[in-house]
Amino acid sequence: MSTFDKIPETKEEAFLEVLLRLADDRLIHGHRLSEWCGHGPELEEDLALANVALDMIGHAASLYSYAAQLEGKPDEDYYAYFRDDIDFKNIALVELPKGDFAFTILRQFLFSAFSFFNYRELIKTVKDEQFNGMLQKHFKEIKYHLRHSREWVLRLGDGTEESHRRIQEAIDEIWMYTGEFFHLDDIDKAAISFNLYTDTSAFKKEWESLVFGTFEEATLQKPDNDQYMFEGARSGRHTEYLGPLLAQMQFLRRSHPEAEWK
Amino acid sequence: MNQNTEWPLWEVFYQPGNGKPFEHAGSVHAPDAEMALQNGRDTYARRNEGISMWVVPTDQITASAPEDAGPFFDPANDKAYRHPQFYSVPRAVKKRN
Repeated sequence: MSTFDKIPETKEEAFLEVLLRLADDRLIHGHRLSEWCGHGPELEEDLALANVALDMIGHAASLYSYAAQLEGKPDEDYYAYFRDDIDFKNIALVELPKGDFAFTILRQFLFSAFSFFNYRELIKTVKDEQFNGMLQKHFKEIKYHLRHSREWVLRLGDGTEESHRRIQEAIDEIWMYTGEFFHLDDIDKAAISFNLYTDTSAFKKEWESLVFGTFEEATLQKPDNDQYMFEGARSGRHTEYLGPLLAQMQFLRRSHPEAEWK
Repeated sequence: MNQNTEWPLWEVFYQPGNGKPFEHAGSVHAPDAEMALQNGRDTYARRNEGISMWVVPTDQITASAPEDAGPFFDPANDKAYRHPQFYSVPRAVKKRN
């Protein structure tokens, strides 16, 4: 039985779930971005993508180490390297293959826009000082990720015929994975009742107006909002893409569990 | 890469602190001013270098030619009196520091 079947009964259990959900989104997204390292379309953009990747992996590391402290695990590496795909609590959007540059930018924009509102609300809600301090630190970087990716959405959408076509295709391909931003399961609801998470549906309209406003400015078509929406990755029902990603990310650490950086 | 498809070059300057003069950090390629700022930030401001940044299109800078170095700068060599160490600083000012 995976940890997902269990609804947190205590504040401590709910806290751990919140930390791991936030951290897993960031680690997996950060890993996908890191795949661009050395392959960016321009030297400057290669650096920019690697910077964002490092920011996100850094956010995950700080959240994991707090979780390790709460749960009595040795360190953050335990969560990154020694859990299997079913135990990862990230949404499916972040595990999708990196795709082309338009897809990468669009995913970054949608995720950073969601993170912007989510963190803004979390900072108001969360009483725990250490957790709130982390959120404030991450929030500054999220604002930059949002700015960078939004500016690129505008340029790709309103750029050449090819860039427009590619980012429009990315919108149509990715849209079914945005439902998980606003889907609240029983674990989220328990966390909300302990003031450890926010009701994400409260800012859905704001998120849509930022996203659709940007699409309009970029001369892009709004996606079909009535389509089937993917759901279930947070409960361990991941896409086929997470396994190979974890295999690549974890194999070295698992092959040499005693290895140390010198 | 084909020269014609390359983004234009921008010079990046950052200000290390309040009231400090801007310093040249280097250059970046970027399609426009906003992206030049972001690329400048990602390339040169990763280690807490400053509080403000300028980007300037490289082709908008007028530079002196190497052969101008003599007439431009050499005449200052023997005019040491232009340096401020010949002026004594009033005691009150010293104290304040």
